[in-house]
Amino acid sequence: MLKFIIKRLLWMIPSLFAVSFLAFVLIQLPPGDFVTTYIATLASSNEVVDQNTAAALRERFGLDQSMLVQYLKWIWGILSRGDFGISFEWQQPVSGLIWERMALTLVLALASLIATWAIALPIGVYSAVKKYSIGDYAFTAFTFFGLSIPSFLLALVLMYIAAVEFGADVGGLFSPEYETAPWSIAKTLDLLSRLWLPVAILAVSSTASLIRVMRANMLDELPKPYVTTARAKGLSEFRLLIKYPLRIALNPFISTIAWLLPNLISGSVVVAIVLNLPTAAPLLLQALMAQDMYLAGAFVLLICALTLIGSLISDILLALVDPRIRLE
Amino acid sequence: MVDATILNDRPDRVAVAAQWQLIWWAFKRHKLAMAALVVTVAMYIVAIFPGFFAINDPILQNARSTFHPPQSIHFLDTTNGFSFGPYYYGMKLTRDPNTLAAIFVEDTNTKIPIQFFGRGYTYSVLGLFETDIHLIATTDNTKPLYLFGADRLGRDVYSRTVQGAQISLSIGLVGVFLSLLLGIVLGGISGYYGGRIDFVMQRVIDFVLSLPTIPIWLALAAALPQGWPAALQYMMITIILSFTGWAQLARVVRGRFLSLRTEEFVAAARLDGVSEGRIIFRHMLPSFSSHIIASMTLAVPAMILAETSLSFLGLGLQPPTVSWGVLLREAQNIRSIATAPWLFMPGLAVVVAVMALNLFGDGLRDAADPYNK
Repeated sequence: MLKFIIKRLLWMIPSLFAVSFLAFVLIQLPPGDFVTTYIATLASSNEVVDQNTAAALRERFGLDQSMLVQYLKWIWGILSRGDFGISFEWQQPVSGLIWERMALTLVLALASLIATWAIALPIGVYSAVKKYSIGDYAFTAFTFFGLSIPSFLLALVLMYIAAVEFGADVGGLFSPEYETAPWSIAKTLDLLSRLWLPVAILAVSSTASLIRVMRANMLDELPKPYVTTARAKGLSEFRLLIKYPLRIALNPFISTIAWLLPNLISGSVVVAIVLNLPTAAPLLLQALMAQDMYLAGAFVLLICALTLIGSLISDILLALVDPRIRLE
Repeated sequence: MVDATILNDRPDRVAVAAQWQLIWWAFKRHKLAMAALVVTVAMYIVAIFPGFFAINDPILQNARSTFHPPQSIHFLDTTNGFSFGPYYYGMKLTRDPNTLAAIFVEDTNTKIPIQFFGRGYTYSVLGLFETDIHLIATTDNTKPLYLFGADRLGRDVYSRTVQGAQISLSIGLVGVFLSLLLGIVLGGISGYYGGRIDFVMQRVIDFVLSLPTIPIWLALAAALPQGWPAALQYMMITIILSFTGWAQLARVVRGRFLSLRTEEFVAAARLDGVSEGRIIFRHMLPSFSSHIIASMTLAVPAMILAETSLSFLGLGLQPPTVSWGVLLREAQNIRSIATAPWLFMPGLAVVVAVMALNLFGDGLRDAADPYNK
């Protein structure tokens, strides 16, 4: 078991390097660099930047060196000092801008993951046990609907309903009075009172696919002889379900964390931009538009690293639950 | 899996039926999937001939019909006796005396008949020839018909949605085709040769699958220059979408190759001295092509959703290109959707298309699985 975990942990190292390189290349892709954009912005407000100033700016940010050198400098800064570079647009260190937003992103993703599980598990079991009942058909219809509606559209529709029917503003994660306030119990409660909407939106699309998985798994297990045996022993139907088929059907459920998490985080990017949540996504979009290289790079890197860690956790959990995997 | 009636009545037919025939029989039993197939085909027909189904020129702006509400078509006329024939009422533009906001009131005195296969604006059919015949045409050009209302520039939302179908639905197909090419080549190599190549390829696939797609698409799409022509932009967006979409298909192809590699018929072909290429394309590929097609069908809606999300965020296709995602950008702020909730109509088109494709793909997958009861 320990060997498995160590092997899996070692695999994380090349993956993380690949992700960091990918993030860096992605950010380098746009033609021109930040200084070009900066000059263009200034030019639109009738300010002229001469060649010398531009060159000085490039030198200061190290933009005149080759990409590999820039990458090595960047990654070394992160590893040695936790220094993600400077945001050109905000004129302050990236590390000061990202952590609170990344933490909220993580909170949102985890809350959505838990909500997804909490909804999908009972519905999946119900749909399998009461196969072809009215309830099963209703849930199947719901799952196909959930798979078909883009999350941003759902967010827009809910925002519209909240604004027109209830006159409420549901954007953001905090009420205006708490937005800049330091963390306190009141602020946390405020967050919880507003978190449910994005969580619900994200859960709709991810539960849909998870219900399908759960239902199919349970349907595979239910006709097996051990279920009949347990029933013949006189076990109550509920106890029987929980004790045997559910435990086996849960197995692929855990492995789905690995792909559920990237989906959730992807979905949360769009939803966060629509609802204007103070998570990583809106700032990432802004940074990408302004070619704020280090800021965008830090976000892409951290978001990707988050999903890699998610798949690591899911692999380890799976090995804990299923002896066949750890003994392989 | 075979239709019970056919199985019982004509066992001889089942025995000799081709694989596609068996799949079709199984598919036909699935009522919901059949309905989804009909909807899907209908939508693609609209996507091929959007001009024919549109009513007003989708790019025509009309200052007098800003946020014009949707109108409905009436079929029965009882005001003056009893007569059939589709018509709609004209709208009168008045202004709120205090806010000067435009208010449209239905004017039941002006009745405008609708003409089927009538003449409207001139459009080109697939760039081959030009015509001005439309499925629905108004007989009074000064009072256009807005089935889904008009947007902030007075453009017809219905005609734009129909026009957007062309880009949105085709981007799914082209994107899936590109990812399939990548998936078959990489997954095929991985599954057919196995060993070290397979190991490396598996890690690459796992890696690509564990990445969150949208931030990466955003970063890639942000790299595209804004001023590119529409066709080039379209190609680049499909390439970006398939950049991450191939991994899922590659995994499916690999799995199939791995399980077929040890089958007797493959060993027999190899012993006969058949070339590798012929083994792959003549012997192995046909036995899982149905499964691949089903996986592809399920990948198309995901592509459509992806394009819609990207364009909605402003990093996908850019106006004046008309796609459903671009259209939904009009519905981006709460104020415009509060005044004109009909701007959601392209979103409804997305939901219907994606749901139909999902149900169709689901039915096809069940039908293509020979072990399915």
